[in-house]
Amino acid sequence: MDEFKTVIGLEVHAELDTKSKIYCGCTTEFGGDENTHVCPVCSGMPGVLPMLNRKVVEYCVKAGLALNCAINPYSRQDRKHYFYPDLPKAFQTSQFDQPLCLNGYVDIVAGGQPKRIGITRIHIEEDAGKLIHGADQTRVDYNRCGVPLIEIVTEPDFENSAQVHAFLEALREILLYTEVSNCKMEEGSLRCDVNLSIHREGEPFGTRTEMKNLNSFSAAAAAVEYEAQRQRRVVLGGGKISQDTLRWDDEAGYNYVMRSKEDADEYFYFPEPDIMPMVLSEGYIERIRKTLPELPAKRRERYVQVMGLPMYDAQLLTVSKFISDFFDRTVAAGAQPKAVSNFIMGDITRLLNERGLAPEKVPIQPDAMAELLDLISKGVISNSMGSKVIEIMFEETKSPADIVRERGMAQVSDAGAIRGMCEQVIAENPKIVADYKGGKVKAITALVGQVMKMSRGKANPAMVNQLLEELLK
Amino acid sequence: MNQSISAAEELAALTAHDASCRLAEGTVSSVQLTQLMLDRIAASQNNAFITVNPKALEEAAAADARRQKGEARGPLDGIPMALKDNISTQGLRTTCASRMLAEFVPPYSATVARRLSEAGCVLLGKLNMDEFAMGSTSENSYFGPVRNPRDPQRIAGGSSGGSAAAVAENLAYFTLGSDTGGSVRQPAAMCGVMGMKPTYGRISRYGVVAFASSLDQIGPITKDAQDCALVLNAIAGKDPYDGSSLMNPLPDYLDALKDGAAGLRIGIPKEYMGEGISEEVRMAVERVAGLLEAQGAIVETCSLPRTEYALSAYYVISSAEACSNLGRYDGVKYGYRTQAYANLAEMIEKTRSEGFGDEVKRRILLGTYTLSAGYFDAYYKRAQQARTLIMEDFRKVFRQYDVLLTPTSPVTAWALGQKHANPLEIYAMDVCTVSVNVAGLPALSLPCGTDSQGLPIGAQFIANTLGEAVLLRAAAAAEKGGKA
Ligand SMILES: [Zn+2]
Repeated sequence: MDEFKTVIGLEVHAELDTKSKIYCGCTTEFGGDENTHVCPVCSGMPGVLPMLNRKVVEYCVKAGLALNCAINPYSRQDRKHYFYPDLPKAFQTSQFDQPLCLNGYVDIVAGGQPKRIGITRIHIEEDAGKLIHGADQTRVDYNRCGVPLIEIVTEPDFENSAQVHAFLEALREILLYTEVSNCKMEEGSLRCDVNLSIHREGEPFGTRTEMKNLNSFSAAAAAVEYEAQRQRRVVLGGGKISQDTLRWDDEAGYNYVMRSKEDADEYFYFPEPDIMPMVLSEGYIERIRKTLPELPAKRRERYVQVMGLPMYDAQLLTVSKFISDFFDRTVAAGAQPKAVSNFIMGDITRLLNERGLAPEKVPIQPDAMAELLDLISKGVISNSMGSKVIEIMFEETKSPADIVRERGMAQVSDAGAIRGMCEQVIAENPKIVADYKGGKVKAITALVGQVMKMSRGKANPAMVNQLLEELLK
Repeated sequence: MNQSISAAEELAALTAHDASCRLAEGTVSSVQLTQLMLDRIAASQNNAFITVNPKALEEAAAADARRQKGEARGPLDGIPMALKDNISTQGLRTTCASRMLAEFVPPYSATVARRLSEAGCVLLGKLNMDEFAMGSTSENSYFGPVRNPRDPQRIAGGSSGGSAAAVAENLAYFTLGSDTGGSVRQPAAMCGVMGMKPTYGRISRYGVVAFASSLDQIGPITKDAQDCALVLNAIAGKDPYDGSSLMNPLPDYLDALKDGAAGLRIGIPKEYMGEGISEEVRMAVERVAGLLEAQGAIVETCSLPRTEYALSAYYVISSAEACSNLGRYDGVKYGYRTQAYANLAEMIEKTRSEGFGDEVKRRILLGTYTLSAGYFDAYYKRAQQARTLIMEDFRKVFRQYDVLLTPTSPVTAWALGQKHANPLEIYAMDVCTVSVNVAGLPALSLPCGTDSQGLPIGAQFIANTLGEAVLLRAAAAAEKGGKA
């Protein structure tokens, strides 16, 4: 590429999907009128005390295990101080030198190359509120105050934006599969800060800048590209990189300086005296480990190598944990993997999209799905009739067999009946018959269509084809 | 006329348990007791109260109504009491004696306030103190200094000066204070009443405006040991809103009062009786030892060699925590906000420099300094190491003794304004009380006579973790011996 190497590290904040906040009973639900999801504790009233939500620790440990981290058996919380109106206590309760999780990694593939990204640490902390700037005043909304977060800090292992993008995708999948975070980017559930520096091969790392406010994967990738190029221009122009904190403006497509090194922060960290240290037993950690689901990368590997599916199918099936689970359970109920995959990628995806439903809202049980595929493989209904049955299953909670029976959808495989219909169609379409006999072999499909229409779709298409060919010999 | 005045005096001077008996007999009503207290508060010149509860008589009437229906809640139902003004009371302003919170009305009540209210107590009002509980004289108040009822030209002690003065002047049957480095025990000693600082975690801190989170503890100020036990029974115990509150089962503290001093092993740490302790104070404490020995206690001299580290460790830890806890007063959400400002940074800066008094600012600066990245290890970390050593000292002596006996304050109440010029001299006066907070132990100050100027002297009992009962046992025995 050029003489420079780019070194990138990430700090990702993920909101945990707990019902209540980290230190009080308030809901974590997104939205709500200003300051309606608050209580004395999360709005920092004088005299309040935090009560640590155990679920937050559990979720962080779960994320740590899924990201191959070691779990710190002794961990504690610290106060990180700064003055800003969105922080009602003037300190954020976070973790400083004893985080819950340490030394993990995520394996990714970027530009066709496998790469391992190290995870330095994961810790728990609380979210801050939000400032709402009006024409002549600024208001503060504390609804997000105390929503639990984990901060995932990576090693400076990234070399380019493609790796950043692939990592964020992989991380998102893992957090979704472990059900630790809902990862809703539009609600700010996953946010990312990027540290970036450049240096010439063989020389020490350059001065790094920190970019904040990256609320989408594409923004993170674009900011990395922009900043790497900017630093190259500065260094090639004989300038120096200053250790700034930058804010990415996604619309304008550039970084602007938020804070320069001169006012670098002093956070006066000290151990939170109101929360007892967290001492995690081996048994506790193992109990959480047992709840970990099979992660998406492992599932794709299994789908391709064990089930023989194309990678394309494996990718699509693992986009959602629910769909992937649905697929596995349908296969477990006896269906052919490729047949299940085809129906999921085809009819089920189409029906969900038409109805604007999330994958979790599939109104079909895996057992019923397997039963339907069984009817097809046994020739009771045709593949295309199967599509119609699925559509009905989206509306009615009936078994596929019942639907087929009640609506007389079973395929006609009675040779006598089909022969009769074929003879009738041949008699009624002398022109097409003549074309076929004159050498237009494809004309037979028109005749097959006529028979299918006459049988209202129930005739076994393979038998129709075979009988027509016989009769027209 | 004279007779009715003295009858009122006599009624006001009752202990809470005696007042409780009168209520139970029906010879007096809660409304009568409450009105009596309100009249006395209005007439008092000692500035013990910051705010009087406008609903006090209403609460008293409700208590009387309960009693009429035979639904009295227990020994404290209908007893008028008051709370230090750093204990949050929903709907009643809670100022911490600071300009910063001069108009602040909390949206919720502290657990202790709720528990006393559930026990049927009548809240008379909120008591004066050193601003944010920082001080040992109750002179650092936005609302003016508290005067000692025994000599109005002298300090009442602090920081719970209002709480101690109110009990000493019979303006309330008991009060609650908070004790971070002696703030319940020292003013109790200086005003001649009883004050207990229970084990860290024995009483919920929820709703008590934090000064130093790892040291703060609520404590009762009462006229005798029996009242102390009664109040403790009502407020101690696990609180789901305070993660540091202890789950250990609660004894009935009244039981401890009957045990007497026979066989009690009492240690007098020599470090607490040496230099800096006034002769009269030392003699008064020795008198207490003699009284208990006469009842069969075993009294010996012992040693807590790390005592000398306690004062510095205390000021480093408490200032660090205070600086963190007081960050929230920024003019954004509640409390004082400066009038004119150009931007956010200026608003916060001016609000804090105008809203806090000098002593509070001094502690915030001290805390900021010790928590700074370059100094953290030298100060905060070392203070925590000293803390461990001090705890070890106590653990060792409590293998041999049930309770330790020391002075509460090295001297009796000094004149108002006398030590303004030298804050360090005032800090040094906390030498007998801070170790107990640093180690998280329970301690109690017992009135033990007066000096040649008629000023009260306090003796301090210190017990091992959760040893409140043994403190009460020793205090009750000493009271009995004193009367005999
Ligand atoms: Zn809340």
